Amino acid sequence: MGRIRDWGPPVLLLIGFLVIWEVTVRAFQIQQFILPSPIAIAVAWQTYLPELVDAASYTFLEILGGMVIGSTAGIAIGALTARYRSMQDSLMPFAVAASSVPILAFAPLFNNWFGLDSQLSKAMIAAALCFFPVMINTVRGLTNVDPATLELFRSLAASETQVFKKLRVPNALPYVFTALRLAATLATIGAVVGEYFAAPRASLGQYIATYSAFLNFERSWAAIVFACAIGIGLYLLVAIVEWLTMPWARSRREWS
Amino acid sequence: MDTAPPPAAARHVVEISGISKVFAPSGQGARPVEALLDIDLSIDAGAFISLIGPSGCGKSTLLRIVGDLTAPTTGTVTVNGKPAPQARRDRDYGMVFQAPILFDWRSVQANVELPLEINGTSKAERGRRAADHLALVELSDFANHYPWQLSGGMQQRVAIARALALDPAILLMDEPFGALDEMTRERMNMELLKIWERTETTVLFVTHSIAEAVFLSTRVVVMSARPGRIASVVDIDLPRERTTETRESEAYFHLVTVVREALRGDEATHPPGSSDSRRVAAEGLSG
Repeated sequence: MGRIRDWGPPVLLLIGFLVIWEVTVRAFQIQQFILPSPIAIAVAWQTYLPELVDAASYTFLEILGGMVIGSTAGIAIGALTARYRSMQDSLMPFAVAASSVPILAFAPLFNNWFGLDSQLSKAMIAAALCFFPVMINTVRGLTNVDPATLELFRSLAASETQVFKKLRVPNALPYVFTALRLAATLATIGAVVGEYFAAPRASLGQYIATYSAFLNFERSWAAIVFACAIGIGLYLLVAIVEWLTMPWARSRREWS
Repeated sequence: MDTAPPPAAARHVVEISGISKVFAPSGQGARPVEALLDIDLSIDAGAFISLIGPSGCGKSTLLRIVGDLTAPTTGTVTVNGKPAPQARRDRDYGMVFQAPILFDWRSVQANVELPLEINGTSKAERGRRAADHLALVELSDFANHYPWQLSGGMQQRVAIARALALDPAILLMDEPFGALDEMTRERMNMELLKIWERTETTVLFVTHSIAEAVFLSTRVVVMSARPGRIASVVDIDLPRERTTETRESEAYFHLVTVVREALRGDEATHPPGSSDSRRVAAEGLSG
């Protein structure tokens, strides 16, 4: 990390993309309500910064809370499931099926269950979205252990606890971090979309929905930029924690 | 259980008696496979015993039964006067497999420390003993590297250092150099002999290379297939000190021929041209 050769190309690509966008909007005189230009969005962003920050911090709390609740539950239930064969056989088919269900479809119901205007209901949607991939990957990581390594531990007369701590957990880490990166994105989607259905005005979802309805798209876009920043920020946070937790993987695998 | 060493004359580290192993039929219409039939073998302290034979002769299965990774159908294995399962729980074994089985998340040093962590050795003592064993396999300079930064031969040396970390009563090695190229394998043979000499450990070694078996061993046990049994035992009366010249000596070639013929004797009981007999013959030529 930190080398121009590594982060130079994507930054150039982003700048190039924004320039083409700006030029296209001007050249074809695309209407503001179809696609505002990046400069227009930047201006809106700057003008409405205080209220955007308010909305973003309200939503950020939901995203973070949802991610923490969903991931913690996913890891805990996943670890239990990996431990007991019977739970694996009974629970895993449902978990795999549930992970392909469009959980976002339940968003209005979650708002009903946990309070229309509350942050908790949005956090719970985010948590539900995070839970299944984290749980499934935890189970996979803890159980997908090379049989030869288990034999080595058996030849050393290692206890179940030692096998868990010294073999299964380190083996599961890459699986869990892969799921956590996904969870960062899913939690952001869950909270923002949850807010589309019901939330106070000072929330990213409502901000986007309201100004879209008023055809004031620059302000919607400015809020979308915030939502993207939160999602990317959390993703990077997970990547940094991963980088710190797994020093052995640093030089071999590109962290991205 | 009496663990005091018995009188020198009777000092068998491993006592294998009446071992048979039948694998249950796999799939419909299949018959049970007799992997091993009535194996008896004693291994003296400090001996280097090689098991050699065509594939399917059960040599790896026998090693796994000695190490209590597989249970025999009948018979008993006694290690240091104890039944094999007890010996495993007492951590009397050091095992080296064909793959090094090192852990990516542990440095070379930490990989060697693993057995010491498992038996609850203190941190300071762990560090000291792992360093000693890394010096033994001449990898002290690589203690802080990760396994994937080492070559295949070096990885296998780490695995050997780990297997020796608890000063085991017997080192069980299952084709440890089978995945290495010929040059590396010969170098590893020399290294292993040096280690064996310095640690005075007992080794049970599975291989399918006649050259390797004769060069390393004090005794070569030739096995035949279907059912797996001991066809003959060849004492290797080469001088204990073995060098590159040993590989070129007349006595060595003679013993290679003896082992090859013992393996070919096995061929006579198979229809000519069967895949196993061809394999043995080919190995005989290259040996």
